[in-house]
Amino acid sequence: MDIFILILLRDLRLSFRRWNELAMPLLFFIIIASLFPLASSPEISQLRDYGGAVIWISALLSSLLALDGLFRVDAEDGSMEQLILSPTPLGVIVLAKIIAHWIVSGVPLVIASPLLALSFYLPLEALPVFILAIALATPILSVLAAIGAALTVSLRGGGALIGLLMLPMMVPVLIFGTWATDAAVQGENPIGALLLLASLAILSISLGPLAAAGAVKVAME
Amino acid sequence: MMEFMLMGGYAGYVWSAYGITMLVLVANVWMAYRFHAKWLKRAQEEGMTKVSTRQPRVRRIS
Amino acid sequence: MAFIRHNLVRIVNTISVLNTNFWRWFHQLASPPHVFALAGRVCPWFAGLAIIFLVAGTYGGLVLAPADYLQGDGFRIIYVHVPSAYLGMLAYMVMASSAAIGFIWRMKMAHGLAVSAAPLGAWFTVLALVTGGIWGKPMWGTYWQWADARLMSELMLLFLFLGYMVLRASFDDRDKADRISAILAVVGVINIPIIHYSVEWWSTLHQGPTIAKLDEPSITMDMLIPLLIMIIGFTAFFGWLLCKRLQGEILKRERQTRWVDGLIKGRTA
Repeated sequence: MDIFILILLRDLRLSFRRWNELAMPLLFFIIIASLFPLASSPEISQLRDYGGAVIWISALLSSLLALDGLFRVDAEDGSMEQLILSPTPLGVIVLAKIIAHWIVSGVPLVIASPLLALSFYLPLEALPVFILAIALATPILSVLAAIGAALTVSLRGGGALIGLLMLPMMVPVLIFGTWATDAAVQGENPIGALLLLASLAILSISLGPLAAAGAVKVAME
Repeated sequence: MMEFMLMGGYAGYVWSAYGITMLVLVANVWMAYRFHAKWLKRAQEEGMTKVSTRQPRVRRIS
Repeated sequence: MAFIRHNLVRIVNTISVLNTNFWRWFHQLASPPHVFALAGRVCPWFAGLAIIFLVAGTYGGLVLAPADYLQGDGFRIIYVHVPSAYLGMLAYMVMASSAAIGFIWRMKMAHGLAVSAAPLGAWFTVLALVTGGIWGKPMWGTYWQWADARLMSELMLLFLFLGYMVLRASFDDRDKADRISAILAVVGVINIPIIHYSVEWWSTLHQGPTIAKLDEPSITMDMLIPLLIMIIGFTAFFGWLLCKRLQGEILKRERQTRWVDGLIKGRTA
């Protein structure tokens, strides 16, 4: 438990030192979402139609951004090997890193999402469900991004490959998330989609760190 | 016979679907056999060049 | 009392003999020459089965099966679409489970099986998507529907196969490539139940499940039988090419060893 808190605080401290890395996923999120009305039409009715989808896709893409430093920096300076050798299971350490990553990249997204939703003229009544869905989805995205980073940590040009590998895995999150958003906008009951998102969240948080830890161990051999 | 060919008006769809399927299946057979033949040939060419990396069992005479 | 004890002992002995034999069989599967020979023996049987059942199924589907009440002759595409989709998922399960076995027991042959299954699974999934689109155009008016959950999950399956192959290719060290892509394959398994249940969870474009419903299937027997025959045919076809590719993969990995040398000399002698 000590090492868990230690790693969590350490990663957070490192991220906050490089504040530009903090801001990047959030800015990316906002910029991508803003490009859609520019590219298509700023009509209110149309914005409302695709607004939910646009925000979700932007969330998916920006979750892939901040993860390069997740394992690669530690792997390169040798601290990853020390972490592997420590008595604490690597899965626990990886979970700490994932939580730090989520705090840095996921939580700003959750905070910014209602503002973006309003800018796309999503109805006010849909907002609580929407925020909840994004709050459930961002941990899943962080876990999946971490798995992708772990799989490619020993490769040089890993960035685009992570996207190719993990975006298919993120598709259920997209499907359930937009389903919940649409249900809320239409006034229907979103509980089915929310429960599915929650179960994906529990599944990914419990098993994902194990997969990532296994991949890191193999890559560091 | 004509009726069979026409497939009740869906001829284009049914025959293209079956045609593509047969094409893909045959192509896969060809690719699998080609893969097999390629590595068989390579094995024949390279011969037994791999030196065994097994460490000899060291017996200590004490 | 002695009767019970005597038979109990016999049962326990039988179980332990079966257990030993199972593990002996399992560990033999780690031996390349053994697997190579096994694949060679089994391959022609798969091939024969595949050809017979594919021909019979095609004839049954195109000629013998009656036209559908609603869809007319267009529904015959089901006889190539459903087996392709099913084999795509089967291939993924083969790939993921053999990759997992290879990872846990460190069996190169299991990884070889996973590598062999990947391209086959990708092709089956492409076939399922293409035939599905062709079927969809006259029936639902569109080749493609981005919102359909099953279509999306099939596309996702294709990317999982491609991702496995691309990830493998990125590593120079074959052992590392095997094991890292094994992790990817196992993580992707969650996609299979999502595809399977997506048809029930969403009623967008795809029709409801046809065979797997536990009460009466909503398809008549004379339409169902060619479908089952085609599924068997496709499965045998998969097994056939799996054996062929596995043999090639073994030759690729082991080509500089003594036993392969003996095999070649034995062949050409």
